[in-house]
Amino acid sequence: MIDRDQPALLQVSDLSRYYGGQVGCADVSFDLHPGEVLGVVGESGSGKTTLLKCISGLLPPSAGTVQFDTRVDGPRDIYELSEPERRMLMRTDWGIVFQNPRDGLRMNVSAGANVGERLMAVGARNYGEIRSAAVDWLSKVEMDLGRIDHLPATFSGGMQQRLQIARNLVTQPRLVFMDEPTSGLDVSVQARLLDLVRGLVRQLGIACVVVTHDLGVARLLSHRLMVMRGGSVVEHGLTDQVLDDPQHPYTQLLVSSILPV
Amino acid sequence: MYVAVKGGDAAIENSQTLLAEERRGDTSIEALSIEQIREQLSLAVDRVMTEGSLHDPDLAALAIKQARGDIVEAIFLLRAYRTTLPRFGASEAIDTAEMAIRRRISATFKDVPGGQILGPSFDYTHRLLDFTLAANGEPPAPTPIADQPVDAEMPRVTELLNQEGLIEQKVADDDREVFDLTRESMKFPADREARLQNLARGDEGFLLALGYSTQRGWGRNHPFAGEIRMGEVVVEFAPEELGFPIEIAEITVTECQMVNQFKGSSEVPPQFTRGYGLTFGHCERKAMAMALVDRALRAEELGESIEAPAQDQEFVLAHACNVEASGFVQHLKLPHYVDFQSELVTVRALRKAIRENAVNDADPGENSGLAPAAE
Amino acid sequence: MMDGITEMEQPETLSGYNFAYLDEQTKRMIRRATLKAVAIPGYQVPFGSREMPLPYGWGTGGIQVTASIIGVEDTLKVIDQGADDTTNAVNIRRFFAKTAGVATTEKTAEASIIQTRHRIPEEQLRADQIIVYQVPQPEPLRFIEPREAETRKMHALSEYGVMHVGLYEEIAHYGRITQGYNYPVQVNDRYIMAPSPIPKFDNPKMDNMPALQLFGAGREKRIYAVPPHTKVKSLDFEDHPFTIESWEQACALCGSEESYLDEVITDDRGSRLFVCSDSDYCRTRREAGHQGSGLPVPGEPDTTSTDTAGEAS
Repeated sequence: MIDRDQPALLQVSDLSRYYGGQVGCADVSFDLHPGEVLGVVGESGSGKTTLLKCISGLLPPSAGTVQFDTRVDGPRDIYELSEPERRMLMRTDWGIVFQNPRDGLRMNVSAGANVGERLMAVGARNYGEIRSAAVDWLSKVEMDLGRIDHLPATFSGGMQQRLQIARNLVTQPRLVFMDEPTSGLDVSVQARLLDLVRGLVRQLGIACVVVTHDLGVARLLSHRLMVMRGGSVVEHGLTDQVLDDPQHPYTQLLVSSILPV
Repeated sequence: MYVAVKGGDAAIENSQTLLAEERRGDTSIEALSIEQIREQLSLAVDRVMTEGSLHDPDLAALAIKQARGDIVEAIFLLRAYRTTLPRFGASEAIDTAEMAIRRRISATFKDVPGGQILGPSFDYTHRLLDFTLAANGEPPAPTPIADQPVDAEMPRVTELLNQEGLIEQKVADDDREVFDLTRESMKFPADREARLQNLARGDEGFLLALGYSTQRGWGRNHPFAGEIRMGEVVVEFAPEELGFPIEIAEITVTECQMVNQFKGSSEVPPQFTRGYGLTFGHCERKAMAMALVDRALRAEELGESIEAPAQDQEFVLAHACNVEASGFVQHLKLPHYVDFQSELVTVRALRKAIRENAVNDADPGENSGLAPAAE
Repeated sequence: MMDGITEMEQPETLSGYNFAYLDEQTKRMIRRATLKAVAIPGYQVPFGSREMPLPYGWGTGGIQVTASIIGVEDTLKVIDQGADDTTNAVNIRRFFAKTAGVATTEKTAEASIIQTRHRIPEEQLRADQIIVYQVPQPEPLRFIEPREAETRKMHALSEYGVMHVGLYEEIAHYGRITQGYNYPVQVNDRYIMAPSPIPKFDNPKMDNMPALQLFGAGREKRIYAVPPHTKVKSLDFEDHPFTIESWEQACALCGSEESYLDEVITDDRGSRLFVCSDSDYCRTRREAGHQGSGLPVPGEPDTTSTDTAGEAS
């Protein structure tokens, strides 16, 4: 399903980020191919959030590079792009789904406007078409279309996350970053949302980096898994292999710590 | 037949005549003199000079008289006058360490070199209305002169803390040109000198409320009044022709240095941080409020999270000027009927569309959240 | 218009003040900002706004721009709400008469500089005229982004999607774009600009205008400009195109069906008269023999049920 002969969509090399004397993350390298989902797991303080910020253009690294295969110019170091180029990338070819939907939505405009904004930002000027696209995506994320004109503040957490996903996917990005997309949601809501995400990602061939502390989420969504601890990657491989046959003692600890139901 | 009402010019002139009459009040009562205002309402004069950004007690007194005691209006008058004054240069920075002290207190130490000098202050009075002031009585008896003069050595309390390295120290870069808020507009994010200038001429009431809010937990920074001093400082100016500074004036200023929450980390040893306030004349409340807000606005620079209004640069600095605030709030009195007409046209059209929809209300399928875009 | 003034030429003005009140240094600073503004159509140039004898919010930006460009040979017209005799217009005209001694006029055709609040004159302006708008809030993005540091970036990077989001919301909520005044425009296909609170009725006049258009915001300390013959397009959607206001009535005084009308309530039963907002335009038409009906229109009882909530659905 994932063609590893195609050039990598995202290539991270020796990425490090320090905060004064403290290590955020150190010497992280990986490739990501179109349609591939990479899970990054670790506990708090593992460096996974720092890593996510660095590779999604939100935080310049102290060392190393993040290369993205742009549509127009081929592979480019995202931190060598000009700010306008990077911001454009983040609005079109990339998506970021934040842990807290309030960080990724405009709370004071309707659901429809939230979904349509990216289209309007790149020049869409037909109200009817924008609204149709919004209807289309809201139904893809299984939201009640009757709420298209409602404000996100009136939605449940799960609905806000679905809206965030729709808002990102409307420009058909090739790469989506997700930071703890389901934490804070009720378990049954989580399950439905994960199913949705998995389905959409497969259907649309989107590459994804999902940061999570929840091994269950990682198992369900990702093809490959990176386990982080203290800023470094301690284990890296196919998800099922890493979770079923962990090699590193820390991974073994994580896997064995999951409470049985 | 409708005839548009004319006579704007005449109406304005009459309004001004009426204003002059109100200002004068009962003509059987003596008119206020500028000197009386300057001498006996000196704190009003000090505030008008501070927020008017112009040091001239006589002009400030005149502004107060012309404004009928409305201080914000008086500040506006002084600022507008200031616009017309030619600028021929900048003075040397005043040195408050060399101040001829008339009041100097510190809450951080029981006693300090030079002592606690109470000076003229409301702080030690009881707030009981004094009816003897209602009668124009005798001038008060002169204060007895002390045997010893005030100590010439009045080191700043912050200097004493500094000797131990306990308080942050900032050294001015004297060669750099100073930003001038009265000449250039503010840009955000603003650096400290622009912020301090903005606060110095900012509305006392606004800064007082914001300073108060920090004490009540909206961005708490644990202030102590390190030192408040009031007295005279010399103003020096170096004319080009001479090439050295000469004394051109002596003015009264009030300075407040707050000592705030200490900051540090495992690498940098903790130090107290500072807030600073400075006014013309004896505007103590303003100087203290200014110091509290100054410190709050340093939140970002000191690595504190910005959670409270007093810490929000754009919120504080964009709304501190009472001349701007007063103008814009009161501009709502200007005619806005053209724009209002535009709104009337829109609202009428929307209501008409609803009426027409109600009449045609046979097919609910039509009404899917969109009304016909009739114009 | 911008030449220096010798002692001999200076007209009789308020003693102790420079011509047009501001000192020459300040005028130079403002003219420099204005030139920058003209060079970048629609871009807001910061300037060191001075306190003026009128309050902020009452036209100090417009006054400073006018004061910096006006010369002894200019003829000044000042209007507010389209009329020369509203108190604010009278006040500003008196200010310039006092401090510059220039000729003033109520006739649009005779003015070389027109300072205006909230309207563009009905009569088309010429290449030898300058119109100066008074602007309360120069930043069109301010309604959605209160921070100046962020809006500056948005302009620099042309991140204007959020403007259409605002218009989308209005259509979704009301079925139409309801913004009636200060309707945002795009200038020269680049900067989004606030035209000042003129009714949208006046927006089309800005497009390709032969006169120079200058905008002064004193309190917010910004100057911007639209050079002559520049494209100015009001934002809209293809399927919800920009439209202007219209009335069922004509001007009761001059009969005009083309001008912006003011509504005047004539009795306590809701009778109303509609008259031209542009007083000079109306008078010129009447002098040319046009006449309106002069009759008030009776008030209409409102049959809209207020039980149906504000949503038009």
